[in-house]
Amino acid sequence: MAAPTGTQSPTRARITARSLRTDRWWVYPSFTALVLLAFVVYATYRAFVGEHYFIEPYLTPLYSPCVTTECVEGSAHLGTWVGDWWPLSPAVLILIIPLSLRLTCYYYRKAYYRSFWMSPPACAVAEPHRRYTGETRFPLILQNIHRYALYLALAYNVLLTYDAVMSFKSPEGEWGHMGLGSLILVVNAVLLGLYSLSCHSCRHIIGGRLRSFSKHPVRYRAWGMVSVLNGRHAQLAWASLVWVAFTDFYIWMVASGTWSDPRFF
Amino acid sequence: MGYDLDMKVWRGDASGGELVDFTVEVEEGEVVLDALHRIQATQAGDLAVRWNCKAGKCGSCSTEINGKPRLACMTRLSTFEEGETVTVTPLRAFPVVRDLVTDVSYNYKVAEKVPPFAPEPRPADGAYRMQQVDVERGQEFRKCIECFLCQTVCHVIRDHEENKPSFAGPRFFLRYAELEMHPLDTNDRRELAREQAGIGLCNITKCCTEVCPEGIKITDNAIIPMKERVADRSYDPVTWLGRKIFRRDQLPDAQVPRTPGD
Repeated sequence: MAAPTGTQSPTRARITARSLRTDRWWVYPSFTALVLLAFVVYATYRAFVGEHYFIEPYLTPLYSPCVTTECVEGSAHLGTWVGDWWPLSPAVLILIIPLSLRLTCYYYRKAYYRSFWMSPPACAVAEPHRRYTGETRFPLILQNIHRYALYLALAYNVLLTYDAVMSFKSPEGEWGHMGLGSLILVVNAVLLGLYSLSCHSCRHIIGGRLRSFSKHPVRYRAWGMVSVLNGRHAQLAWASLVWVAFTDFYIWMVASGTWSDPRFF
Repeated sequence: MGYDLDMKVWRGDASGGELVDFTVEVEEGEVVLDALHRIQATQAGDLAVRWNCKAGKCGSCSTEINGKPRLACMTRLSTFEEGETVTVTPLRAFPVVRDLVTDVSYNYKVAEKVPPFAPEPRPADGAYRMQQVDVERGQEFRKCIECFLCQTVCHVIRDHEENKPSFAGPRFFLRYAELEMHPLDTNDRRELAREQAGIGLCNITKCCTEVCPEGIKITDNAIIPMKERVADRSYDPVTWLGRKIFRRDQLPDAQVPRTPGD
């Protein structure tokens, strides 16, 4: 049997309890796991189902941009340049980008390391693993590519903004119209944009990497603004995640004819 | 108005120990350290507890209260429910000396390895100058009182004793960050932060920030910025290429320091 380690190491105070916390420390990891799992199940279903993702003028963010020949007519704003070699749903191809951003995101790392990997499940609650190498080895060393996921996500945000602008057309293709779906798509683009801009890598690239702020006043000001957003990164992460699912659900319901989209003008 | 508080206090040393029950009379407005002192004065004169300023500024009275690392002098008894038993144990990441006193020398050994401030040569008039924005940036890090609550809560060493030789811990990532962000410093500590301080072992679970009594945003403002700087140097092919093309590695402002004692 291996020698005891961690809080059970021979030189430390002999306390057998895994934790002496009396508060409900398990609420955060349980709730986080529940919400993340619910989103993964929902997004996986919607990504593979391959229908009810587009109805003029709305394209769900889970399928944007739709770039394979499988895309329904009118949904491929950027063309179907990927062709027909992609064997899965067009959503799977594009969801790799937001997925890579969220998987390597510094906030989500805290969330899923605590909730799924229990490393640790909560502060001062012993983790169950005997060995721990953190993010020093494959595959977790790949967390260091977060900035590249950010670059891709920023481009993705431009496309979602384009989708939101396009939603101000009528179903017949005339500009200057708006429905409830347009509002939902605008909020979606704003939340996802703010989530990306509030990212820790963005904060670093904008100005955090500088040794001297005073020599770079413009970058310092930009860093200050990103830092304000960065303070709300966790909230933006949750809000944008939930809103993406809601946006998709709304368009699914409209596209399937379950309910109709109220038009404002 | 006084009332009786039920407490469990860990008593013992490295050879063994247990949680001992005490009932102690306390007053409204008192803190956990007051209750411990009253136990010491009335029931257990040999109770070992380290303390000094009683104002949350010396970092001596770090303990674990109801399982959470906290300063005993800053934990008001009013934060507990009426009738709740308050459990006090020593810091569980460090070797116990006796009762609530632990041997925190691990931290001093780590501190010795952080390359010190290495300013550029003085200008002709002999005066170093810094702009206010650059001074303010490091101010948050200098609030650290070295209570080592962030160190004891960090699961990298709390749950894995074997990581201690290769991991500096949150308090010292704060020091690395402070020096790396100092405009007059000439050392490049990024490789040391990766290799010697083991910043890659940190998985950003933010417990250090949660327990910091000074409210320092250790993870957001020190550890993540240091991880990003390490990524710049070791994991980003574009910045690597930029360094090679512009020969930045050979400039005097990119000196990789030797650690003290090397």
